[in-house]
Amino acid sequence: MSRRLLVLRVNGLAREAAVDEHHTLLEVLREDLHLTGTKHGCELGECGACTVLVDGEPWLACLTLAVDVEGCEITTVEGLAAPGRPDPLQSAFAELGAAQCGYCSPGMLVSARALLDANPSPTRDEVRHALAGNLCRCTGYEAILDAVLLAADRDGSARAAAHVAGGGDRGDR
Amino acid sequence: MMRLPPFARLAPRTLAEAVEMLADQGPGAAVVAGGTDLYPNMKRRQVEHHALVDLRAVEGMRGIREEPGGGISIGATTRLSHLAGSSAVPRALAHAASVIASPQIRNMGTVGGNLCLDTRCSWYNEPEDWRTAVGFCLKAAGDVCRVAPAKSHCWAVASSDLPPVAIALGASVRAVGPGGERTFPVADLYRDDGIDHLALLPGEIVAELLVPPVDGLRVTYRKIRRRGSIDFPELGVAASVRLAPEGICEAATIVLGSVASAPVRCREAEDLLAGRPLTPEVIEEAAAAAAHPAKPQDNTDLSHVYRKWVIPIHVSRALQSLS
Ligand SMILES: Cc1cc2nc3c(=O)[nH]c(=O)nc-3n(C[C@H](O)[C@H](O)[C@H](O)COP(=O)(O)OP(=O)(O)OC[C@H]3O[C@@H](n4cnc5c(N)ncnc54)[C@H](O)[C@@H]3O)c2cc1C
Ligand code: SF4
Ligand code: FES
Ligand code: FES
Repeated sequence: MSRRLLVLRVNGLAREAAVDEHHTLLEVLREDLHLTGTKHGCELGECGACTVLVDGEPWLACLTLAVDVEGCEITTVEGLAAPGRPDPLQSAFAELGAAQCGYCSPGMLVSARALLDANPSPTRDEVRHALAGNLCRCTGYEAILDAVLLAADRDGSARAAAHVAGGGDRGDR
Repeated sequence: MMRLPPFARLAPRTLAEAVEMLADQGPGAAVVAGGTDLYPNMKRRQVEHHALVDLRAVEGMRGIREEPGGGISIGATTRLSHLAGSSAVPRALAHAASVIASPQIRNMGTVGGNLCLDTRCSWYNEPEDWRTAVGFCLKAAGDVCRVAPAKSHCWAVASSDLPPVAIALGASVRAVGPGGERTFPVADLYRDDGIDHLALLPGEIVAELLVPPVDGLRVTYRKIRRRGSIDFPELGVAASVRLAPEGICEAATIVLGSVASAPVRCREAEDLLAGRPLTPEVIEEAAAAAAHPAKPQDNTDLSHVYRKWVIPIHVSRALQSLS
């Protein structure tokens, strides 16, 4: 039941917080670090609204103790965009109406980012499986699948263009 | 926010240390691995623990190893996503892991946590205020079973996906406790009692799952659930057969999940298969018998009538896939 000074690496920055050991990563992100992009839905593991990336893998912040991810690289939706430049997934979601109320979007976006980082050109079915832990009450999912595939397409074209120009690996993020 | 109640968290580095810490903390302490079962249950105030021994950092407890004798050892804190993606383990076991919960939960949840999953019931896995309004039950704070009030027995359901297929593979569990270590068949880890469903001795921790060499055994696992993701099994069917060259079934194991407080062996059906070829007629006969030992109660998402009715259908499909 003790309180501890914790250093978490969130979106590439070391963030310090004094946290109760039984507090979840979701509580610490939202309430101590004021990163409210990560949403709380069911808080029981069922909806995926609280999804964040831990060392690049989608985890549920509502069932993870903050102390358990000390030393890990944590990515929240706030960490997807480069300054002034949204992640291609964010642009595609906005363009295709893949967010309606938007409550599921932060979780969808980070789950989709993990997928595209591991598998840059997924099939529609692979996208479906990767997002199977993220519930959406609004869109009916099709627009979300379309948006992820569009972003994958653009990622691919950007990579191809960068390659032709003799540039680096990824000019898109 | 639905918050966890306060508890002391201990983070041992070795299994011996974990066993010692658990014993030191006395009754009311528990181990936690991925927390994907325990934390929701604690948030809903179904269980209370003043201290949790976190197994995540225990060295040597994570990972899949080939054993000198040809079998495979799966450390208890091996994550489900690792098991699902492993080509070293029998395909049916990897498949069972791949259909558990969701991608996020498979990244967090462990094999040991899955084997030791608390039993589930639609009267129990509810928030505290819901249960306060409706009334508590035998399994937590009450004095009556809401499912079958006439008996003082808890029928909460063994709802994890790995145990049936682990039993069909002939796997064992190695457990370590204050009194030393022991290795026993996975089936012996369970008791058909929704409250006291694990046959672990006080203070014992599951260290690894030991899968013997498959050696020609054909194994399959089918999971029936409401949605194609996230949901717990409403029925799990694991089956394994060993066929002689002429197609005669030398031995069969059929195990049902989610129909009782422990995995259920279908001995009558197994006996019907022994010494016979897996023809459609033999399969139908065995599949019908497989439903006999299952007595699902009305305490999961789908009705108990439906869950009983579909047993032969899915046992039959499982056996067909092995023939
Ligand atoms: C939304 C949701 C859906 C789910 N769907 C499924 C599903 O479809 N199928 C399924 O099988 N499960 C499902 N689960 C349950 C759970 O996520 C998995 O079973 C997971 O494998 C549990 O592992 P864990 O490491 O997270 O367990 P924990 O929560 O850490 O532990 C579970 C229990 O086992 C005990 N325990 C853990 N490790 C050990 C050990 N080594 N020795 C002794 N005791 C131990 C703990 O004390 C606790 O009582 C679901 C959970 C959620 C929240
Ligand atoms: S089966 Fe009965 S005693 Fe057991 S959890 Fe359900 S209502 Fe409670
Ligand atoms: S808030 Fe974490 S899964 Fe719903
Ligand atoms: S956009 Fe509203 S929940 Fe997905």
